[in-house]
Amino acid sequence: MQSLTLESATEKNSSLAARWLPRLHAKAFTGGLIVFAFIAIGILGPTLAPEDPNKQELTAMTKSPQGIGSPHVLGTDNLGRDVLSRVIYGARVSLLVAFAVVFVSGFVGISLGAISGYLGGKTDFMIQKLVEVVWAFPPLLLGITIMAFLGQGLFNLILALVVQRWIPYCRVVRAQALTLRTREFVVASQCLGAGNVQIILRHILPNVIQTSLVIGTFAMASAIIAEASLSFLGVGVPPEIPTWGTMLADARIYISTAWWLPLFPGLCIFVTVLGINLLGDALRDILDPRLKRTGAGT
Amino acid sequence: MASYLLQRLAGTVPVLLLISLLVFLLIHAAPGDPTLLLLGEETNAAEVAKAKERWGLDRPLYVQYLKFIASAVAGEFGKSFKYAEPVANVIKSRLPATIELAMFSMVIAIVLAIPLGVWAGSKPNSWLDNVGTTFGLFGISMPSFWLGIMLILLLAGILNLLPTSGRSTYGIAGAEITGFYLLDSLIQRNWKAVWDAITHIFMPALALGVNMLGILMRVTRSAVLEVMNEEYVVTARAKGLAEKNIVWHHVTSNALIPVITVVGLELGTLLSGSIIVETVFAWPGSGSLLITALNARDYPLVTGIVMTYTAAFVIINLIIDGLYAVIDPRIRY
Repeated sequence: MQSLTLESATEKNSSLAARWLPRLHAKAFTGGLIVFAFIAIGILGPTLAPEDPNKQELTAMTKSPQGIGSPHVLGTDNLGRDVLSRVIYGARVSLLVAFAVVFVSGFVGISLGAISGYLGGKTDFMIQKLVEVVWAFPPLLLGITIMAFLGQGLFNLILALVVQRWIPYCRVVRAQALTLRTREFVVASQCLGAGNVQIILRHILPNVIQTSLVIGTFAMASAIIAEASLSFLGVGVPPEIPTWGTMLADARIYISTAWWLPLFPGLCIFVTVLGINLLGDALRDILDPRLKRTGAGT
Repeated sequence: MASYLLQRLAGTVPVLLLISLLVFLLIHAAPGDPTLLLLGEETNAAEVAKAKERWGLDRPLYVQYLKFIASAVAGEFGKSFKYAEPVANVIKSRLPATIELAMFSMVIAIVLAIPLGVWAGSKPNSWLDNVGTTFGLFGISMPSFWLGIMLILLLAGILNLLPTSGRSTYGIAGAEITGFYLLDSLIQRNWKAVWDAITHIFMPALALGVNMLGILMRVTRSAVLEVMNEEYVVTARAKGLAEKNIVWHHVTSNALIPVITVVGLELGTLLSGSIIVETVFAWPGSGSLLITALNARDYPLVTGIVMTYTAAFVIINLIIDGLYAVIDPRIRY
């Protein structure tokens, strides 16, 4: 049975390239394009933005969008700040936070999951207790509490978003490590005298990377929404940094008079998250269709 | 099964204790003095000391924690700084609004998502499937608070169809019986109040339910797709049953098991999602209460709400576990 799964696993890997191309369908393409566009906007932000996002122009307050070619393509807000520039700078913060969150939570989750599953015993018990306690909090609630009491700031924000997001990685990687540790190649390395650290790095991690990539994509989508939610509630990034969430919070009182203020930042969140989810769906179909059943990313 | 559930119930006690410790420490690690915030900057040292004594803030941390645990076990969380009332009472007065909103959202999500998911899953790659799948993807990608703002902009601002905020129009609601406005006005057969409650709850419930709608639709679709290939479906088809009967009787009832899991999981997400949606619509529930309490650094109230939400989340998950066995006789604990 074990050798059978081993065979099918290698077969799966060798035909990966063959399965990639025909499947590189509309979903992956659209998703990839959207994500790529927003990353480019984020990186090129200072060059693309027509104005300083915090520059207040008191003669041009609450101007509606005036079309391409005019000084304020997407209009200005109640303090006369250029909406387009703020949206562009918002992409920077959102993506930066999201990447940091995915990276840190992936690192923590994959490490703890691999250790937990491979070592088993007391270590496994302790790590799983931690998972149980942290996971018992409704999503977002722990983040809100942490931000409210530790104060606003990028570091705290990333901490607040990582605190629950490492768990899906940890659970899935642990489950995989549990089966991997009984496989021949792991047992063989143990017999040859390889240490635990070496086995985890050499044999466990490469086998869990694909699944983690899929989890990471969906974690990124949820991190962007969560960051915007916290900023919207006023417990995210400091108010002087323009983000989509803070722009929406500022726009709330002008809903009836200035429709463009809530429209554009929200649309950016929606489209970015949509793109990432499309990409995640495609990646899941290609790399690890089994994840579908665990409900990851749905 | 009863013994399994009892065991699980007992297992939640240490988890809840650890959570309470975590929340307690987090709150006390916070910068900012609650006494100064509540009394204002213009107070003298004597008044601050008096207030600290009254609220027990001058005691060592572990004494405060033990007192907190003792009162939590008794179903109380001390007295709110801001409202000068027992925390349990403050939360109790706000909880029905949140539960009503969450329930209404859940109903909207289920009523729309399950038929859509079944249709999409039973005819893969048809135009219906494409519409449904796109709808599901939009649902999971939609920031609920932005949808809320856009609904206000469109339905309340431009079309002027629905009220922008609150639970009812002043003076229309009848006497409170259960605290659930819809239920109360239905019991009293006050149809004007029923309509009023529906117009108020519709937008926040739709905004809150949109993510659940997307997730449920996607899960239903893939569950139906999977069941469609089962042998008993082939058998049913071979017997010459109408496709409609096969889909709605044989397939849907079996596909519902993963769907129910997701409903349960998402119920917890609805609770925390309500924090942000309630803020958008000025919905007087426990979610917006949490934000008020956080801004005022009302320690007992924050702890009370966080613990209530977490306990609810843990209990919902427990109930869902129990429900499996009821729905699927193959599962035995």
